[in-house]
Amino acid sequence: MGFGIRDSAEWLRDSTERIQDSAGFASNGSGAGKSRIPSPESRPDGFWRTLDELAGNPAFRERLYQEFPSQIEAITDPVERRTFLRLMGASLALAGLTACTRQPEEKIVPYVRQPEEIIPGKPLFFATAMPLGGVAAGLLVESHEGRPTKIEGNPQHPGSLGATDIFAQASVLGLYDPDRSQTLTRVGEIHPWPAFLGAIRAALTAQQSLQGAGLRILTESVNSPTLAAQIRDLLARFPQAKWHQWDPASRENARAGAMLAFGEYVEAQYRLDQADVILALDADFLGCGSGGLRYARDFTARRQPQRADRMNRLYALECMPTSTGARADHRLPLRASEIERVARLIAAGVGVSGLGPQVVFNPPFKWVDAITKDLQAHRGSSLVVAGDGQPAIVHAIAHAMNQTLGNVGRTLVYTDPVEAAPVDQLQSLRDLAADMDAGKVDLLVIVGGNPVYTSPADIALAGAMNNVALRVHLSLYDDETSELCHWQIPEAHFLESWSDARAYDGTVSIIQPLIAPLYGGKSAHELLAAMSDRPEQSGYDIVRQYWNRVRLATGSGSRSSSVESGQTYVVSGLSRTPQQAGERAATQPSPGPALSPEFDATWRRWLHDGVVPNTAFQPRSVAVKSGVLSPSSQPALFGGPSTGAGQGLEIVFRNDPSILDGRFANNGWLQELPKQITKLTWDNAVLVSPATAERLKAGGFPSAQGGEHGNITSSLVELRYGGRTVRGALLVVVGHPDDCATVHLGYGRRRAGHLGTGAGFDANAIRTSDAPWFGGGLDIVNTGDTFSLACTQFHHLMEGRGMVHAVTRDEFVRDPKSVHESRGTGIVGANGETPPRTITLYPEFKYEGYKWGMAIDVNACIGCNACVVGCQAENNIPVVGKDQVLRGREMHWIRVDTYYRGPAANPETYFQPVPCMQCENAPCEVVCPVGATVHSDEGLNDMVYNRCVGTRYCSNNCPYKVRRFNFLLYQDWNTPSLKLGRNPDVTVRSRGVMEKCTYCVQRINAAKIESEKQDRSVRDGEIQTACQQACPANAIVFGNLNDPGSRVAQLQAEVRNYSLLGELNTRPRTTYLAAIRNANRELDA
Amino acid sequence: MTPAGDGLVPIEDPTQAVVGTGVPPIIAPGYTFGSVTDKIAAIVLARKTPLGWWLGFGAAFMLTLLLFAALSYLVVTGIGIWGNNVPIGWAFDITNFVWWIGIGHAGTLISAILLLLKQPWRTSINRFAEAMTLFAVACAGIFPLFHTGRPWLAYWMLPYPNTMGVWPQFRSPLIWDVFAVSTYATVSLLFWFVGLVPDLATLRDRSQSRIGGVVYGMLAMGWRGSAHHWHRYETAYLLLAGLATPLVVSVHTVVSFDFAIAIVPGWHTTIFPPYFVAGAIYSGFAMVLTLAIPIRAIYGLEDFITMRHLQNMAKVMLVTGLIVAYGYTIEAFIAWYGADK
Repeated sequence: MGFGIRDSAEWLRDSTERIQDSAGFASNGSGAGKSRIPSPESRPDGFWRTLDELAGNPAFRERLYQEFPSQIEAITDPVERRTFLRLMGASLALAGLTACTRQPEEKIVPYVRQPEEIIPGKPLFFATAMPLGGVAAGLLVESHEGRPTKIEGNPQHPGSLGATDIFAQASVLGLYDPDRSQTLTRVGEIHPWPAFLGAIRAALTAQQSLQGAGLRILTESVNSPTLAAQIRDLLARFPQAKWHQWDPASRENARAGAMLAFGEYVEAQYRLDQADVILALDADFLGCGSGGLRYARDFTARRQPQRADRMNRLYALECMPTSTGARADHRLPLRASEIERVARLIAAGVGVSGLGPQVVFNPPFKWVDAITKDLQAHRGSSLVVAGDGQPAIVHAIAHAMNQTLGNVGRTLVYTDPVEAAPVDQLQSLRDLAADMDAGKVDLLVIVGGNPVYTSPADIALAGAMNNVALRVHLSLYDDETSELCHWQIPEAHFLESWSDARAYDGTVSIIQPLIAPLYGGKSAHELLAAMSDRPEQSGYDIVRQYWNRVRLATGSGSRSSSVESGQTYVVSGLSRTPQQAGERAATQPSPGPALSPEFDATWRRWLHDGVVPNTAFQPRSVAVKSGVLSPSSQPALFGGPSTGAGQGLEIVFRNDPSILDGRFANNGWLQELPKQITKLTWDNAVLVSPATAERLKAGGFPSAQGGEHGNITSSLVELRYGGRTVRGALLVVVGHPDDCATVHLGYGRRRAGHLGTGAGFDANAIRTSDAPWFGGGLDIVNTGDTFSLACTQFHHLMEGRGMVHAVTRDEFVRDPKSVHESRGTGIVGANGETPPRTITLYPEFKYEGYKWGMAIDVNACIGCNACVVGCQAENNIPVVGKDQVLRGREMHWIRVDTYYRGPAANPETYFQPVPCMQCENAPCEVVCPVGATVHSDEGLNDMVYNRCVGTRYCSNNCPYKVRRFNFLLYQDWNTPSLKLGRNPDVTVRSRGVMEKCTYCVQRINAAKIESEKQDRSVRDGEIQTACQQACPANAIVFGNLNDPGSRVAQLQAEVRNYSLLGELNTRPRTTYLAAIRNANRELDA
Repeated sequence: MTPAGDGLVPIEDPTQAVVGTGVPPIIAPGYTFGSVTDKIAAIVLARKTPLGWWLGFGAAFMLTLLLFAALSYLVVTGIGIWGNNVPIGWAFDITNFVWWIGIGHAGTLISAILLLLKQPWRTSINRFAEAMTLFAVACAGIFPLFHTGRPWLAYWMLPYPNTMGVWPQFRSPLIWDVFAVSTYATVSLLFWFVGLVPDLATLRDRSQSRIGGVVYGMLAMGWRGSAHHWHRYETAYLLLAGLATPLVVSVHTVVSFDFAIAIVPGWHTTIFPPYFVAGAIYSGFAMVLTLAIPIRAIYGLEDFITMRHLQNMAKVMLVTGLIVAYGYTIEAFIAWYGADK
């Protein structure tokens, strides 16, 4: 797989030309196929949100101005027509009888005995943690009368610092999902738990004589020390049994990279707050994965444009555009297979040895030069991060670069892996399938996960299942794997069970349940216990006794001096802290010593804090092995990057940004969440660059026919890859590299529940285990059919007004006011100019007490969507479904607008979250005929749902389009389990009512009541809106504008501060801070 | 449709063509008050209702039932069935409202303004133009009511005393609409009914059936045709005309404020009030013509609705049409001239 000098020089020339072409520099761009690609000349310096906007497409403009939505859609659509006619017949009979949607009567039963600590109406908060893909994030869960309703981050947890991601935010909906597996079944028949115990014990007894040779356990990545101990215990009793792991959301390549580079599994932890120059090799370290929340916080803390030493620089070489690429100061789109080549060039430049044949390139590739120089100039304060989709060799190169640059110990440290037992999971799954095929497996216990769906197409797990005599599946949903298993055990949600988990840095959190299992589900601990000699042990006892043993083994105190000093023990080749040594000792099977009262106090402290102190892993010193970086040592796994124009395209597989590997497919909040970058909802798509779509003669441009701006009528294409085919809709993504298609996993589910089943297409069907993340030789064939994609990028377009403000750092330093220049948009009055206050007829409002305001830092926003889901959870915002999103009726109170600048091939990307602006001169207030939206004495535009009759005038008159209308009855009034999850402090809106962001008025009032009880005013930072609290980047700040010392007042006084559409004299009190790119002058020429 | 309806002295002989101009007469020659009354009353009282009327009535009735079905479906399901969305909160509903209100303007214009301007030719078309106005206003009323998300609460837009202590928000053009339209409906109804009283008395006197006699009698409110009656009648009619005249201009101006007050680009335009009013009269006269021409043929009223009427109405349409065209032009011009994006 080696590549010669000439090859690489040629390739570089190609790639340089391509990049220059795409940047619009080349005057003689190869003509064919470029006609429709908007050229930057048309909008030289302006921002844009859609390709049509960039091109000034007249059809698009016409559609934008289209006054009449297709109101007869309901009648022309054949399915809808039948529904319409049926309903019309029914409603004719009902005519005159029905006037309104009656809300069902409910009985309120008082507590006979009041539970301890529960005061009705006052929420309690409990610390717990959510394990995902082998890493946990610490959470605080809001509980109302015993019902968890809202997830927040745990500020004391190092992996959260109070922030949450979309998965944690949405997990509360997953808990109450009515489609969850609810009963223990054996081949579809309901059985009691003892029946399962009998069955599993019989099977285990049969295995006893074989030493467990026929027993296989398949788990996801395990990072619960207790569960690992239980499994090891089981393996000790059945020495011939095997433990397999398969978790599509975990970091397969990072593990393999560490193994390749160091010969052992270690975890790289980044210290982004120490890094001045960061190179991301197809790595989305901000957007997802291990430690993402912490990294986002650390990264944005280093984006302070006023201070030279606090402004880092990020280079991103990536394939599919990500949050990290969007925040990068320089982003270079490269096909996934090209990353390694560029990484090698940069590695050679910074002096990494052992790379094999030296690469000489001519003409010089300015990107490599510039990045190399910048990295070298920041030895010890630079950082190279390799992405989870990149093969082991790229990780190894990144490790070598960090080592050569002296970054180890400064901007990153190596520690033990947070997973309990890291393995090569693909190989593990392959071995399991082979054993199953060979008939060696009698009893297969699948603990969590959905391997039948998530396994690559060439590992025929489904077919091999029939060779196993007894198959047991523990999972949240009755899914594709359950279908092929004898026993389906409903899994207890993490909010229903006791467990423990490690954060990205190894810190342990005890997972405590917030509610008794709704459907009598069992946790993994309880299932493992059922296979042990103490089958009825509860999850609580298991976890508690494990930690009691750990604590005894590590000494009486929870801290030890050797931990403090960072000293490490070396135990059989792995360094261990005493804590870890204790954990190891605790894995020895023993009934467990008695629990002392002292342990009880410690235990309660752990539960209260949500973290077990001093359990973070200590840094280890490891060295990159020599000779692993040469091209010859590169695993042949990933094929060569020989995807020339004639040789088909390259395909890249990624977990879906919203539903990952499909585990969240039935979560309405996540399905309806506009995905990062693509803004697609309810589907996945074949994502290609504009030029590639052009070449394929296929498009995913918003269609003028049929529906609203959200409806993209896209070409349905057939993907032919490795002899397998799948059909999916094509979607154009700006900034995506050419000749390459990205597909997201997790869709095309057959048994996911009401929401997830049938959405999108199943990319696993063409994914093979020899190239699980990318590979060449893809063929895309346009079928000629079309498919409607619901994409919100085209919603709420502001016609070139109110665009984001952004400049480079050089410009900003030269003239800070330059951020407000309209930058060629040609908009009159867009330069941050505000009309005089006397222009309105109405008197000014006076604010005696508080005057709430919000500042949103566009420079910090990474577009992760946590605010959107956090808002949805806090404010009982309904899910409307794909059909309604297609009609432009999604209900999110805060949206994240994506703006682009520059050429479509590689634009700059900015995210601008837009909640209600709470205008001082609010256009909505004056037009409401019934006074349902009114100005409060603290400056809020209060929305009075009870009073609203639904004229929608306020929404028409809102220049920011932040008001949302219940066109139909969107809220589910009937499903009992969903009622439990609603926030009792927020009205559940019925149909016909307008709603919008309230600045979380319920939180404001709660804090005010609290402060009044203590006879003081509300402190700055005491009130956090839901969006602010969820934000990992600290991009949203809320507070009292009347207090000049408040953070929000200080931010609004900054020079970067700008109002959206301030020229309309709305005087919004949500303002924005302009984005500053720390551009490298060499590359920004 | 009594020629002497308003009792004003004709300024020209209605049966004569205007001398030297070739303009057709307002009424065909040879009619007296009596023969006109005979002919018109016969349509109501003597003429057998033709089969075609029943067919037409049946078709219209079916369509009305369809309307009820559609409205029921709307109320049961929600406003979402109309295809509106967030940038476009109004479309089908308010467009229809504006259209129907506009149509109605012709009736008032013919009744009130032409009365004050002493245009005697109005008398043969004013009654059914007013009736058309009433129906148009009724149709228009459907839409603001049913365009709300919760029509069963739409009465909250009225200022009525209530225990909740809430009141309409008078800065909203929608509230102005409520008053403009309800005033307009009331005045139009009164105007139509007051004008109808002597005619109802005629029908009462000529009715052959007992029921007809009683019903017309009650509606005629004891009209006996005395000089006192005529005197008060004319005073009242003139007063109502004075009241209705500003409404011709104000109602559609207020309707246009729904848009002009808003800050939505393309709506926030000062030309909207005159443009709406001109458009209303334009479309209203078009509707009067649409109705008059078939009625004239079916009921043999060519002698009463003469080419003169058609010509006059066509002239009004020409003028208002030109104003509307000007409005369109200026709208485009200002968009260009404003250089706003």
